[in-house]
Amino acid sequence: MIEDHLPALIIGIPLLAGFATPLISKLHDKLRNIFVIGVLGVTLLLVGLLALTVFDSGIFVYVMGGESTGLTLPSGFKMPVRIVLEVDGMSVFMAIISSVVAFLGAVYSWAFMDGHTGKDKYYTLLLILTAGMLGMEFTGDMFNFFVFLEITSIAACGLIGFRINRGESAEAAFKTMVLYTLGALLFLFAVGVLYGEYDALNIAILASRIQYTGLDKIALGLFVGALALKAGAVPMHMWVPDAYAEAPAPITLILVANTQVALYGLFRVVFTLYGLTISTQTVGWIIVILGVLSMFVGVTMALIQNKIKRLIAYGAVSQIGYMLLGVGVGLATLGTPALQEYGIKAMEGSIFHILNDAMYKGLLFLTAGSIIYSTGKRDLNELSGLAHDMKFTCLFFIIGAGAIAGVPPFNGFASKLIIYESVYKFNPLLSVIAILASIVTLAIFVKIFQSAFLGPKLLEVRKEPRSMVFAMLILSIIVVAFGLFPNIVVDNIVSPAVNALINHMDYVAAVLGG
Amino acid sequence: MMDLIDFGTLETGYGVWNALYWLLSLGVLFLIVYFIYWRGEKTVKTSKDQGRPFLAGSVTSKEKTHVKASNVYWGFTEALKGYYVPSQKGHTGNVNDYISWFILVLAVMMILIGGL
Repeated sequence: MIEDHLPALIIGIPLLAGFATPLISKLHDKLRNIFVIGVLGVTLLLVGLLALTVFDSGIFVYVMGGESTGLTLPSGFKMPVRIVLEVDGMSVFMAIISSVVAFLGAVYSWAFMDGHTGKDKYYTLLLILTAGMLGMEFTGDMFNFFVFLEITSIAACGLIGFRINRGESAEAAFKTMVLYTLGALLFLFAVGVLYGEYDALNIAILASRIQYTGLDKIALGLFVGALALKAGAVPMHMWVPDAYAEAPAPITLILVANTQVALYGLFRVVFTLYGLTISTQTVGWIIVILGVLSMFVGVTMALIQNKIKRLIAYGAVSQIGYMLLGVGVGLATLGTPALQEYGIKAMEGSIFHILNDAMYKGLLFLTAGSIIYSTGKRDLNELSGLAHDMKFTCLFFIIGAGAIAGVPPFNGFASKLIIYESVYKFNPLLSVIAILASIVTLAIFVKIFQSAFLGPKLLEVRKEPRSMVFAMLILSIIVVAFGLFPNIVVDNIVSPAVNALINHMDYVAAVLGG
Repeated sequence: MMDLIDFGTLETGYGVWNALYWLLSLGVLFLIVYFIYWRGEKTVKTSKDQGRPFLAGSVTSKEKTHVKASNVYWGFTEALKGYYVPSQKGHTGNVNDYISWFILVLAVMMILIGGL
């Protein structure tokens, strides 16, 4: 019975729990924390169950409010009239990432937010942000995608500016809100263009009707621009260091997944909605160039930062570049023999990198949060010798830094290696830039390690609480395990996601039949 | 037997990658290094001064030896001043500029997508 309603439950449970949280907060703080962690744990389990179903039986279509949840076309109708959730390999892949980071973010928040006021609002926004991300991943409808995009934007901005005792947080939240709103408005405009042309909002219907007219080209430009902005691609990345640096550390962990959901939206639009109707070479190269710029500018700007979270945030911008690069190559080769030769591998590398990135970058932000919690300092110039007292954090930082820099045997190496080798066949120069960016990435994390952890002990530090260590430990285990056995992850989770993007007609057929 | 060899092996496009074999190689390398160390000179005398910080010709306190983050990679960033000065100027922190960049990218993309 539950299996039949999984997509609706996965979105609905955190959403409703978000509104229940202030009420439970009235009873007891500890009860509220247990409730939030429990809800996100259940959501994670349900996502796992849905993943097994999708990987086993293919695309899961769920019709809201109909006489049957599987009936997309009631008799006499040529197109779905109800809200349709459509979950394929790519959607569920992203949902795994979102639900894991949301759960660990809540666990980490328990101790990290201890002593802060307004936690009922904090947890409400956290749950709503999670529901919004999962909604973006599961929806089969462009307008609902916009609605969930807005839900994530509002919740994310609320959380970025959650603590306004530091003026920078409010400023970062304002800047992010302005850009998110601008992007969302243009996204809505593009949805309106497609609705005006094709009388439909359902992605499958639109994909089956799209002609790639002049208006469709304008809509495509708006979609790509708005989603690349939310993903933090250079040169639209400038809100990222502001937001990531100022949000509480567990929220930064979830924001990383939130930007990745924007990437998911971008991939869904170009592969599923437009597919082969577009000039794949042109759009593919646009994505590749955004990726190369992100890799290079992100990492070089990181090198000169002295605020720990700001430095990692620029590193995060750089990692977005790897994801864009591989998928851009995949798109540029779509419909050509090169897709089978190296395009699919490039996409596998990038999609695998999305998963890896969420884990190691999340881990790095949590270690930065741990340093801020223990020392009260954000500036690397004021830190020294933390390895003496923060042994766990130091170890977790080494694992995260090794992974983001692509050092074997961590997970980042495996996905970057696939990207280097496959992209080399497309254009060797792109691979060289990617490798160079990786080397500089290692240099920036050596800078943090040298400044914060090495050297004489100069500061009094608070011990890291257990819940914070637990969240970092889980992410570290994932980073190491995915690095040791990358083939298991690629074969079972990544390949179905890539196939879902490439075989976009399956997505259409799941709704329209045939 | 082949399953055991393939365990943990990832197809990477041109070739394959197996982290378990990499760790095994690292272990062998460690044993070789340890063997050389073990066979080394055992009569070397150590004193406390060998471990004391030494900076610019004088032994100094540990606190003064820590290189601050803003000094790390100074030579690298100084050499690339031509890149870093305009890049830092470009990151103004002004939200109006953020929007300008967004509009510029949109305009370029519209031209590329619409014209080709």
